[in-house]
Amino acid sequence: MVKEDLKRIAEKIYDDLSNSRIPSIRLPARTKSNIIFDERYRVWKYGEQKITRSAVSLSGAYMLLRTIYTLDFILEMIENRKTSTLRELYYISEGWGDAKFHSQDESDKLAEDLEILTKKLREDLKLRPEEDGASVIGDIVIEETTRKGEKRRIHCQDDVGDSGYSIPYNVEKDKIKFIETNANKVIAIETGGMFDRLVENEFDEKSNSILIHIKGQPARSTRRFIKRLNEELNLPVIVFTDGDPWSYRIFASIAYGAIKTAHISEYLATPSAEFLGVTPSDILSYELPSDDLTTEDINALKSELSDPRFQDEFWKNEINLQLEIKKKAEQQALAKYGLDYVTDVYLPEKMAEMGYEV
Amino acid sequence: MPIAEELAKRQKEISIAEFFERNRQILGFDNPHKAMITSVKEAVDNALDACEEAGILPEIIVKIENVRGGEYRITIEDNGPGIVKSQIPNVFARLLYGSRFHTLKQSRGQQGIGISAVVLYSQMTTGKPAVVTSKIGEGFPAHKYSLMIDTKKNLPRIIDEEMLHWDKKSGTKIEFFIKGKYVKNRKQSVYEYIRNTAIVNPHARIIFVEPDGTENVFERATETMPPQPKEIKPHPYGIELGRLMAMMKETKARKITSFLSTEFSSISSSKAKEIVSISGIDGNKAPIDIEIDEAKRLIETFKKVKFVSPPTDCLSPIGENLIRRGLRKETSSLSPEFIATDKRPPNVFSGTPFMVETGIVYGGNLPKEERVEILRFANKVPLLYQEGACVITEAIKNIDWRRYGLEQKGGRGIPYGPAIILVHVASVNIPFTSESKEAIAHIEEIEKEIRLSLQQCGRKLKAHISKKSKRAKAESKFLLITKLLPDMARKVAEILGKPVPSIDEVITQIMNIIWIEDEVRKGSGESEIKINVTNYTSRKQKFSLYAEISSKDVFVEATPSPAEIGEKYVKWDIDKIEPSENMEIKFKVREEMDDVELYIKGINPVYVIGAEKWEGD
Repeated sequence: MVKEDLKRIAEKIYDDLSNSRIPSIRLPARTKSNIIFDERYRVWKYGEQKITRSAVSLSGAYMLLRTIYTLDFILEMIENRKTSTLRELYYISEGWGDAKFHSQDESDKLAEDLEILTKKLREDLKLRPEEDGASVIGDIVIEETTRKGEKRRIHCQDDVGDSGYSIPYNVEKDKIKFIETNANKVIAIETGGMFDRLVENEFDEKSNSILIHIKGQPARSTRRFIKRLNEELNLPVIVFTDGDPWSYRIFASIAYGAIKTAHISEYLATPSAEFLGVTPSDILSYELPSDDLTTEDINALKSELSDPRFQDEFWKNEINLQLEIKKKAEQQALAKYGLDYVTDVYLPEKMAEMGYEV
Repeated sequence: MPIAEELAKRQKEISIAEFFERNRQILGFDNPHKAMITSVKEAVDNALDACEEAGILPEIIVKIENVRGGEYRITIEDNGPGIVKSQIPNVFARLLYGSRFHTLKQSRGQQGIGISAVVLYSQMTTGKPAVVTSKIGEGFPAHKYSLMIDTKKNLPRIIDEEMLHWDKKSGTKIEFFIKGKYVKNRKQSVYEYIRNTAIVNPHARIIFVEPDGTENVFERATETMPPQPKEIKPHPYGIELGRLMAMMKETKARKITSFLSTEFSSISSSKAKEIVSISGIDGNKAPIDIEIDEAKRLIETFKKVKFVSPPTDCLSPIGENLIRRGLRKETSSLSPEFIATDKRPPNVFSGTPFMVETGIVYGGNLPKEERVEILRFANKVPLLYQEGACVITEAIKNIDWRRYGLEQKGGRGIPYGPAIILVHVASVNIPFTSESKEAIAHIEEIEKEIRLSLQQCGRKLKAHISKKSKRAKAESKFLLITKLLPDMARKVAEILGKPVPSIDEVITQIMNIIWIEDEVRKGSGESEIKINVTNYTSRKQKFSLYAEISSKDVFVEATPSPAEIGEKYVKWDIDKIEPSENMEIKFKVREEMDDVELYIKGINPVYVIGAEKWEGD
């Protein structure tokens, strides 16, 4: 029960105080040095390193006080059958005196802490994101239970406009069911410009794919949606992004799990997802228009070299190559060869290389 | 004094007006804005010197009025001893006329160019005479002169004179018109000059009326006159050939040996004999007959022979106490949190005695991100121009201020931070870089003294800052134990529906310090000091507490009664203070104290906030 899990945290602090111990709680360290590969689920999860939040320091005391106020707030929501967005949680704290959050980043992180401490998802904690869900276009029929309780079937080519079907924040089975599909793969696309290009060129039909515009770093619901497509419909997942270090992290969060949410990697990550491009090798072999790497880019690439998620041959070679050529390229750089080049040449070639029938 | 000599030599050949035109810049009249400051400065310097020589607490009124366009009327009035009737025209309307020219004594004006140059500038830019009124004492009439300078002959031209009644015991008032420019809110301005003058002359009361009618009153911070500087004879180190030749012409001594032993400081008659014999000169020769080659040999000998240092009672420092008061008074609107001062013993460069005093004002509302403000003074006169060329600035730049809690890129250059640095150099002969007397030359001895003095202030500043940061750290813990922990206890109890747990023991574990706080209340020659000691450790503690006092004699009483009253401290033995226990100590002294320094012994100082380790005994 969520309520018991939350109260257990309060009890720990109460016990510390009544036994003359300085109150503290322990959490896994949320750094890249503390993620380990989980053989069973084939995703990256938190390791054994723990950090202690202790009231011995002012910042630790603030954290503990905020934790207590937040769990009290969640208990109240459970009682009253309410939910709140993460942003609302941030604003609600205005009335908490010293426990007030100073940025939404603080409250978002605390929500994740509580997920880790209670081993529950934030939906169970009655917290939901206001993040923008992804768009879907492809030959698939989805049954969504609307807020009024109606079940509505949506064909993601015929029943939607050019911007596609919008993924809601709750993508669990009680909300969304996959009815049928004729597609044979999923292509996750980073940028809106490229998604629109593939839609305009009818690549969903031509290649028999479900196209998903993941809108940059994908929201949890998007990653969960992709994972369900992969697991329940056995559709392989291809990730198509810009050719820079930040895009590789987008891929990693889909395939291996993100460092921030490593406590729920097995729930969000799609270990079989494959990276299509743009790769540093593509920049060379397709002679793509490119920009120079910035200092931040270079640091991000170097950091990825020591990131356990990027330790296979493919990534090591590509990242080292990029550090050597010091260039990056956007997906849309492919327009150098005309608007149809990406759908007529680049994607078919790349997918053939990866072993897909085109 | 090369310029004066040059001027004296060439007086006959060129008119004085021409000379002025050529040397405007070195005389400080390069532009209308600077001319305004220089005019006020020359008159105020004279007024302060006159009052001090006569032992009168100065009361000076400076008034600037805009007549029309760029023309201003400037009036400076003092309550000094006045000037005898016959001397008034010469003092104000004849260049190089002054009593200070040949003496070696610390004074503001040194060359006698000052005020008459102002009169000349006034007449050249507006064509109007200067009006001087002076009265020498009760029962005497006042004399009023309208004066101009005959620029061909360098003689006063009296336009008008009258005798009148002046409702004032004594004093001098000068009124003149100049083409100038009045600028406000700038480092180089009349206002800043007067404010800085008030800082280093806390015995003066200055009223300054600006052109827009604003009246600024710089009140006195002390009723005590600074000690009267004594005149001294030149020291053989540092004497120049021209000067020596001139002295030998003027002296009444008939033999060179007696000339040396009477006209110089630090030369005894046996030393005089030694000098002439080394120089190969007959000791009986009359000074007036000494040839230039012989004079050169004498100077060579001066450099080889060892002399005792010149007397230093010719210097009139401001004093640490008065610097502190002056700084406090003039920065009170910024409520600085700390003032440190230091005074070096007198020292000598090239036979010239000098000494350095410094002060640092820190914190409060002083701007945190900007360069520190530097206040430079030479013989109590503010130096506003040529900061970059001055040895004071150089000395400041060469100190690694990061060690003393100010920011500085690479440990060199002018530091940044909420601070004002004051440096005063006093000397019978300030070595300025030029005749405009705006910057002190790079003399190694002076730089070293400034550096040592500022480092001493810096150490005091550092001690203050680290005490403050230690306290701030402890204060954040106070927030933790007084607000966050109680709130935490209340909230978890509420969630669990249980009684609120006691947090006392957790608090002592988190704090783990002895907290000592003091409060000083002063007034009418007395101070009452309250010291609060709280044990925030989890064990009972035992230690001794010392409070510094200026001397045994000022101590009045204390509760609890002290274990010991030392020459400069009061000591209490705290035999037992339990965890969470709080105790109060009070004492009284017959003296006004700004703050109290506390020390502890018999306990690890790491665990104590609010008192330093006792180094005495």
